Amino acid sequence: MYDLSCTDLTKTFGTFTAVSDVSLDIPSGSFFSILGPSGCGKTTLMRMIAGFERPTSGDIAIKGESVLKLPPNKRNVKMVFQHLALFPMMTVGENIAYGLRCRKEPKSEIAGKVARVLDRVGLPGNEDKKIDQLSGGQKQRIAIARCMVLEPDVLLLDEPLGALDLKLREHMKIELKQLQHQFETTFLYITHDQSEALVMSDNVAVMNTGRFEQIGAPKTLYDAPASGFVAGFVGDATVLEGKLGEVRGNQGRVILEGGKEVIGTVSDGSKSGDAVEVFLRPEALKLGEGESGCQLGGKVESLLFNGASSRILVQTGRNLIEVADPEQRSDVGEGSAVTVSWTPDRARIFARRPGSGAAA
Amino acid sequence: MKPTFRALLAGTAMVLAGGTANAETLRLLTWGGYAPEDVIAAFEAEYPDIDVEVTLSNNEEMIAKLRATGGTGFDLAQPSHDRVYAAQLEYNIYKPLDLSQINTDAMTPNLLEGVKANTTIEGEVYSVPHQWGTSGVMANMKEAPEVAGWNDLCDEQYAGRTSMRLRRTILLGTAYGMGMDPFALYADPEGYQDMLDQVTEKLIACKSVIKTYWSGGDDLSALMLSGEVVVSETWDSTAFKLYGENPDIVFVPPETGALAWIDTFTIPRGGEADDAAYKWINFVLRPEITKMMSASTGAIAAVPNGIDLMPDDKKAAISAAFDQEDLDNLKFFANIPPGIEDMEGLALERIKAAN
Amino acid sequence: MSRDAGRLSLILLFTPFALWILLLIILPQIGIGYVSIREKVGINTYEYGFKNYFDFITEPVYRNTLLRTAWMSILVTALALVIGFPIAWYIAKIARERSRAALFLMCLIPLWVSDLVRAYGWIVLLRETGVISMTLVKWGIISQPIEMLYNDMTVIIGLVYTVILFMIVPLVSTLQGMDDALLEAGYNLGGSRVTVFRRIIVPYAMPGIVAGCIITFMLTAGSYLTPILLGGKNSSWFTEQIYNQFITRYNWESGSAFGVSLLVFTSFVVWAGLRLTGQSLATTVAKE
Repeated sequence: MYDLSCTDLTKTFGTFTAVSDVSLDIPSGSFFSILGPSGCGKTTLMRMIAGFERPTSGDIAIKGESVLKLPPNKRNVKMVFQHLALFPMMTVGENIAYGLRCRKEPKSEIAGKVARVLDRVGLPGNEDKKIDQLSGGQKQRIAIARCMVLEPDVLLLDEPLGALDLKLREHMKIELKQLQHQFETTFLYITHDQSEALVMSDNVAVMNTGRFEQIGAPKTLYDAPASGFVAGFVGDATVLEGKLGEVRGNQGRVILEGGKEVIGTVSDGSKSGDAVEVFLRPEALKLGEGESGCQLGGKVESLLFNGASSRILVQTGRNLIEVADPEQRSDVGEGSAVTVSWTPDRARIFARRPGSGAAA
Repeated sequence: MKPTFRALLAGTAMVLAGGTANAETLRLLTWGGYAPEDVIAAFEAEYPDIDVEVTLSNNEEMIAKLRATGGTGFDLAQPSHDRVYAAQLEYNIYKPLDLSQINTDAMTPNLLEGVKANTTIEGEVYSVPHQWGTSGVMANMKEAPEVAGWNDLCDEQYAGRTSMRLRRTILLGTAYGMGMDPFALYADPEGYQDMLDQVTEKLIACKSVIKTYWSGGDDLSALMLSGEVVVSETWDSTAFKLYGENPDIVFVPPETGALAWIDTFTIPRGGEADDAAYKWINFVLRPEITKMMSASTGAIAAVPNGIDLMPDDKKAAISAAFDQEDLDNLKFFANIPPGIEDMEGLALERIKAAN
Repeated sequence: MSRDAGRLSLILLFTPFALWILLLIILPQIGIGYVSIREKVGINTYEYGFKNYFDFITEPVYRNTLLRTAWMSILVTALALVIGFPIAWYIAKIARERSRAALFLMCLIPLWVSDLVRAYGWIVLLRETGVISMTLVKWGIISQPIEMLYNDMTVIIGLVYTVILFMIVPLVSTLQGMDDALLEAGYNLGGSRVTVFRRIIVPYAMPGIVAGCIITFMLTAGSYLTPILLGGKNSSWFTEQIYNQFITRYNWESGSAFGVSLLVFTSFVVWAGLRLTGQSLATTVAKE
């Protein structure tokens, strides 16, 4: 049984379709993310699950029971809002007790529950603090505690890290994952930040223009994207545009604009003659000669130092190729002539994305 | 704090006056209608150096304003003849008149003597008469043909159809209606209080009969003309005006005598344009100006042929209202001794607050 | 040098405010307080004492009028809150950006005309031969014209109409600052509509509610023309008695005592209201 299932969920606003035919199943206790650019419909989807929007068609089930007819306050789905929405006129303790009091739990038990959940999020004894006395990370944890004290079937998180600064965000990613393990509750996390999704999730759904492009484990999305959109949105990649020429097995030859030809793996149903894009991950590339068709010559444009994620930018024809340089090689300098190569199975060919120009 | 307060107000007055430093300004503190546009225009045409500024008021506010400023801010005031003596004694807000500057020959002798008698303090005269009129009852003859006096205001047969002004006049009128003589009791505060208690009781009982209290000529006119009220206490001038619009509405001098008032010319202690004030006094008592003035006020000028100088429609209204007997029976307001107004004030508040 | 200049400009900026407070608020109040403890014993002779206050307390007419004024002002404040809150909510939360300005303007319209004109407007509508009564007769809904003026109900309606804007403005500005997510969080955590209103919206709007109530109450208790003109013969209002003391009875001493009493009593009502609802000025009106 799944904690949360959506079946053929569609939501339209007038003539605009925000969510189109989305289905998903989230197993109990897992961390599930929906990743997509802003405006892709992920927030609408989450609001339908929480009950703030009514689906145009389709069904939502929690623990196997349809909740379409339940108002938001009757669904056992709690939500951490983008800006947390802690109640500023209440103390930390009152914020957490709010849900319990709505449920009419006996007063004697509420205090104990509040204390226990504060303990679990690592802020014991802070009941009487005011919300504006808390740091960003502490507010985050109170927002989660406020939901978790109600033992929801599913916890929805709507880009809760968006407002934090970079350092804290990195830290909170790990902390969120730990909290999820600790509470063993199903988390549904919404974000436009692929690194948040990849780091924390058991499964990620990549969403674009109201549809799911692909659902899978982070590694699958990264290594075996199902579409050009996923390949471009998840992780870094250099994109070369061209036209698919001869296809042999799943290997295809792409004639790039400017006449050069490269070989890669055709990863969707593209046919000979289609306009396509070749996706090359930085770490799939190396400097030096490779098999014929799996290399491009160019000139080093610049060296980008960033420790283990250092990059070399190579200008070849019209394209700027990003090559991973984990060892920070010293034998190339700006302006030196180099050859970039790869193995054909790590160069993925997808139909050209509508409206896409250069690199993703 | 009083000197500070005065200094502030005087300062303000100076700033305001500074704007028109060249021409002399005559600041009038008077009743609505007592300084009509056409009279001001004629005056300013004759005396181009004088600007006339008008502030409209009533007896109580005139005294309160002058008291607050210590008699400054205005150059000529027009309180009623019975409201000068006590106010001057207590608050010292007026200055004596120079009678040689005033053309007293133009004034009706008995009115002039009456006002002088009322407003003489230590041999100095403070006021001369301007216009006079009466307070009484007005009735719509179609609806209430039998109205004869003050008591009809509280007659059950007109329940919801009568009105009055909750000021001292109605206390006095009601006292007369009840067969008492309030002016005779002025000298006897206890007797006066006793009278006020009876009047208060009667007027409280009367509240269920009257529709509402009116507060000015405009709302009284609206009440009468709309027919919502058929009997009301009134100033005769208001009744004369309404007669022009609806001849069924006439002034009824109460059988106990209409209460007569004389509005005066009195110069505030801090007046700065005495010459202009005297010029105004003499100007408005000229026959042709008197006619314009009476057309606007509805009151009768204190000149020997005052009634003849009324506009024709008002003259008709007066002759429909008064005969010689009524004129002989007028009760002129007597000077109010200090303290009486406080007693009356409490009586009025009790009536207002009663249910 | 520049520090002196800064201090000078601070003093210059602060002076008009200090003068205003001192000359127009503090000095007159001291003056009124001083006059109120003066007793008149004869022409231009005075003694000092609390006789004016004693007279005020012992004369039931004054006492009852003050209580009546306070009670009706509380009623007007409560009605203005009950009616104003949904309007403020609509303006702040439901109306579109563009219509918001128009709605605000519509609330302002009553303030474009003077108190007097507004009161006469009501009189024209409500009098026995007025627009409403005559229209009802014409439509055959009533057979006789009815008088809708000169009763407490009309006074209350007129006052609510006059002061409601001062309730709406502070409410709108606090409600506008409220993130809609707070409401959704309130529902999401299991709150019903009533709970969300009582435990989230009302506490959040409390600074606006308190500010609006204090302003409306003080304005109502201090109003003069509306209760007098609409209430007619049955309109005892405390400000009228102050006017009467000063103007009709020339009794500045007792008028001042009345004025001080009104200030003290209305302040007490505000204080009691804050205490009863568990609020304080520091946590509501003066909140950052």
